[in-house]
Amino acid sequence: MGRVTPVDTAYFAGERAGDFTVIGSPVQRSDARGHVTGRTVFFEDLTPPGLTHVKIHRSTRHHARIDRVDVSGAYEVPGVLRVITHEDVPNNWYVVLRLIGVGPDDEPVLAEDRVLYRGEPIVAVVAETEEAARDGAARVVVDYTDLPAVLDVEEALADGAPIIKQAGTNHFVYEGHHCRRVRLGDVERGFAQADHIIEGRYSSSPIEHAPVEPTGCVVVPQGDGRLRIHSNTQAAFFTLDNTALILGVPPTSLRVVGGTVGGGFGGKVDVIVEPLACIAAMLTGRPAKYVYSRAEEMQVSSTRAAERIVIKDGVMDDGRIVARQVTLYVDAGAYSRHSPYGATKAAAHMPGPYTIPNVHIDCYCVYTNRTPSSAMRGFGVTIGDFALESHMDHVARELGLDPLRLRLKNAYRDGDMKAHRKIASGTALVEVIQRAADLVGHDLPPEYRAMSSAERPEG
Amino acid sequence: MPSTIVTLTLNGTERELIARPSTTLLNALRETFGLMGAKRGCAQGGCGSCTVLLDGRPAVSCLIPVVTVGGSTVDTIEGLADGDRLTDVQQAFVDHFATQCGFCTPGMIMSATALLDRNPDPTRQDVTEAICGNVCRCTGYEPIITAVLSAAERRRDAPQSPATAGL
Ligand code: FES
Ligand code: FES
Repeated sequence: MGRVTPVDTAYFAGERAGDFTVIGSPVQRSDARGHVTGRTVFFEDLTPPGLTHVKIHRSTRHHARIDRVDVSGAYEVPGVLRVITHEDVPNNWYVVLRLIGVGPDDEPVLAEDRVLYRGEPIVAVVAETEEAARDGAARVVVDYTDLPAVLDVEEALADGAPIIKQAGTNHFVYEGHHCRRVRLGDVERGFAQADHIIEGRYSSSPIEHAPVEPTGCVVVPQGDGRLRIHSNTQAAFFTLDNTALILGVPPTSLRVVGGTVGGGFGGKVDVIVEPLACIAAMLTGRPAKYVYSRAEEMQVSSTRAAERIVIKDGVMDDGRIVARQVTLYVDAGAYSRHSPYGATKAAAHMPGPYTIPNVHIDCYCVYTNRTPSSAMRGFGVTIGDFALESHMDHVARELGLDPLRLRLKNAYRDGDMKAHRKIASGTALVEVIQRAADLVGHDLPPEYRAMSSAERPEG
Repeated sequence: MPSTIVTLTLNGTERELIARPSTTLLNALRETFGLMGAKRGCAQGGCGSCTVLLDGRPAVSCLIPVVTVGGSTVDTIEGLADGDRLTDVQQAFVDHFATQCGFCTPGMIMSATALLDRNPDPTRQDVTEAICGNVCRCTGYEPIITAVLSAAERRRDAPQSPATAGL
């Protein structure tokens, strides 16, 4: 098939590596035939003989002490083989990001003496059939003493808020600091020199990825003692390494078979189902399947974090932004998962693709008694961009400026210093805006047409 | 309650199974007959990934107790292609990038196939109505609608296409 979308060769002609053969041209997907014939194998299409099923008894409280767990009812259900509690998990505490040196381990595989969110797993039940596993899980009895819950990021940081985390603060600690910070210049001096101060407050809700295929795995014990994990994980090596650490076994004793994911969007990068399915398989010596029901997928799988973002810009009459202060709160929910990393990305991203001499950013990763949030398609930057670009439009409106011209004035040029002290290179934003303006028929006067990302006009 | 013997014409062949009252058509297809094309997404009738044709009409197999459909004709995605020769609908899904992760694809293709079998000249509106019970989280639906419309066109131009002949 030939090219269907022309590639614009007008810009950066001297810098292009050669003629593109794939960009703009249709290329058949390698997996399409399997998909349209129903032959692609998803993890649940695997039904090894003797397969057992894992279902979970979950917390019904946002925040509570666990006084007593009675699992005897589960064992009365015909077909129930084994009940798993935290005592059966070799290394119960973990955090997905420990593999890249981020700690502390703050999440239990199964709750011990406290639950931090509604839906937190407390007991797993392994049974011959899904029905029996579900029944068994429903018959587990947990006695709770409710504790005060914190359900809002700013309340969680307020003086006197109940501290819900063992580490002693309701926020993640970045190398001794209360939040991720970016500092450039002197933001107060920038505000003092600005003609206008323009503020905005933006917020988002948690978003569930809702893949059509629910999160799950099938674990099959092998003759040589290894466990083969068939998973729809998006992160096979996170799964392998974290599961090995949780089980206290060398990674070589596990094998992850993945690669087929029925929709993920970031929602399948946490390591939640595999460790418990492995423990079930180890305890019974039989294959085990742990797959979320649709209700679990919607209620307890990690979401995109809700964010609250406050932006204050100091702007000159001509549209130059001379100071930007941002306070951003990421609602991590009850446990870290990937959120400390998302908050770091947010902090780095919040100056936007704009050259601003005075920048002050505080980005908090905050714990609340809500469903843990984690990765989702550009997490940490997508909501930040929504806020930033909404704010740019807000600034343009306040000043009566054309929104594209405002962006062209402030856009990074090659060689500019970014707020996190990296020199901008290969920026191209100016050219992209010019091209976009052409495509939508947006008028740009000659001096804006003449702008280039390779050089900054005086002033 | 006792189990029952159920007979189905499955992808053109008469098959029999012993089913408990709670066995769904989806479970029977997957666990008894090893036909894994129909997928379990929600198991509650909301996503369409388990869609098969029941007596030629699309049906969500996760909601149907198999004991209630004894004597029926059931067609699944595995019964469409003639060996390696794809049907016009399957080929159109490949050509128009109407499949990404592929999880919704079997159900989506079954709904589209049923539509074209009863309406060879569908409007865009007809297509969106035919697939409105099939959730796709990846494609944004546009490529799927284009694929179905183009399959219809192809079928009108080449009516001898193997398509679903014999269903
Ligand atoms: S699995 Fe049957 S409709 Fe979703
Ligand atoms: S292609 Fe992924 S759900 Fe449709």
